[in-house]
Amino acid sequence: MSFISYLINGISLGSVYAIIALGYTMVYGIAKMLNFAHGDVIMIGAYTVLTLLTGAGMNPYLAVLIGMGTCTVLGIVIEKVAYKPLRNASSSLAVLITAIGVSYLLQNTALLIFGADTKSFINIITCPSVSLAQGELTITGTTIVTIITCLVIMCGLMLFVNKTKPGRAMKAVSEDRGAAQLMGVNVNATISLTFAIGSGLAAVAGVLLCSAYPSLTPYTGAMPGIKAFVAAVFGGIGSIPGAMIGGILLGIIEILGKAYISSQVADAIVFAVLIIVLLVKPTGLFGKNIQEKV
Amino acid sequence: MAMLEVKELQVYYGVIQALKDVSFEVNQGEVIALIGANGAGKTTTLHTLTGLLPAKHGSIMFEGVDITKMPAHKIVEMGIAHVPEGRRVFSQLSVYENLKMGAYTRKDKKEIAENLANVYKRFPRLEERKNQRAGTLSGGEQQMLAMGRALMSNPKMIVMDEPSMGLSPIFVNEIFDIIEKVSAGGTTVLLVEQNAKKALSIADRAYVLETGKIVLSGDAKDLINDDSIKKAYLGE
Repeated sequence: MSFISYLINGISLGSVYAIIALGYTMVYGIAKMLNFAHGDVIMIGAYTVLTLLTGAGMNPYLAVLIGMGTCTVLGIVIEKVAYKPLRNASSSLAVLITAIGVSYLLQNTALLIFGADTKSFINIITCPSVSLAQGELTITGTTIVTIITCLVIMCGLMLFVNKTKPGRAMKAVSEDRGAAQLMGVNVNATISLTFAIGSGLAAVAGVLLCSAYPSLTPYTGAMPGIKAFVAAVFGGIGSIPGAMIGGILLGIIEILGKAYISSQVADAIVFAVLIIVLLVKPTGLFGKNIQEKV
Repeated sequence: MAMLEVKELQVYYGVIQALKDVSFEVNQGEVIALIGANGAGKTTTLHTLTGLLPAKHGSIMFEGVDITKMPAHKIVEMGIAHVPEGRRVFSQLSVYENLKMGAYTRKDKKEIAENLANVYKRFPRLEERKNQRAGTLSGGEQQMLAMGRALMSNPKMIVMDEPSMGLSPIFVNEIFDIIEKVSAGGTTVLLVEQNAKKALSIADRAYVLETGKIVLSGDAKDLINDDSIKKAYLGE
């Protein structure tokens, strides 16, 4: 029974990774860059929500919505200020280094505003726990809400990308930016939209993550951010279902690793998975192999 | 007034000047061929025209509106469709989705449906394969898709970059037939081609580009008999 409980916890943690990984993978697919500051947007989202809850005593749902809005704006501003000027830079390294710079900027800004001490996050999820198998298996409300949220986000995104006009524009930009422009797609607006969606989701991920692991510091986003990046690569960067599957598998691997091998090396296992995936299938599980006809 | 007036266009790639004072005109309803060797600046001219590349100097006027600094997505709305070199269809999208992308700037659903029906009528093969991924089409079919996609925006002028490149002779003839039909339907055509003979045979007028400069221009039927053209581009 404990295995099933670990598995469910793994899926739950993995769902958070998946939501973060969606931001990585969409931004990579459309802007062709790795936004290493994405993890820190999660942290900003969590701080915003916590401040609204404790400082203003706001309704939790409203707080989460405002948190999402804050992160959405933050994502758009980061892209406009830091990444857009480098869009045609000769080296893709420039934008990568800038992303790392933005990551430090966000962490240190949070350090200035909120201080270095660990804040304990208030769990806003009121869904009751479910007891199964004569009380041998308990699934917490947070776990249930996390998994359901992830599924809803995933389905919503798939529908958005495949069935709406801006979604099709995203697919077109991701495949061929120039050709998309020739169709009349505003590439700048499409990239902004992608950052907006990814960052808004990051706020949700921040709340879910801190609800399950309620300690918040300015560095809270860094590790989950890196792991979500691993998840995105694992699933095939650029692929939305890939980010989902990659995230969940990674969460399961991490929790089972902690439970059965060692909690000390669980993170090492996660990164070992990345190395193995890159060696065996460099494009990831759902990675696209685009063959061009000339 | 000409439909399209390009004046003294200068374009640079870094420090390298690709276009040196290129000027030309396209009148409503004409088929204009832009011919020249590899690296002469034909594609650069088209890319500058449709906003993919910035011009350092010079102006581009379309129907009296200055579009020199207009972003590419706005130029499509003005009524210029660009069929890019190498077709550049969206290989992961279906044929139908590609055509829908072509109508991206169109809002009127009825008009889009009409355009789609017209494209299917012109390219029956695209209708047969409408649910297939564009990447699975043959080169000739992809060229048809790229042209159909451009026509979906109901353009006043269609700009085509090397439509015959890499196609079998049968397809080349078919593509040129289609260009003639598009022109007969009232759309102005600006055609860039390495197949100078074919291009001159369907064009009204032509411009010859050499290392970023227009070196010759005139009626296509005169140019096809011009000795220097015959020698340099027609292989005679």
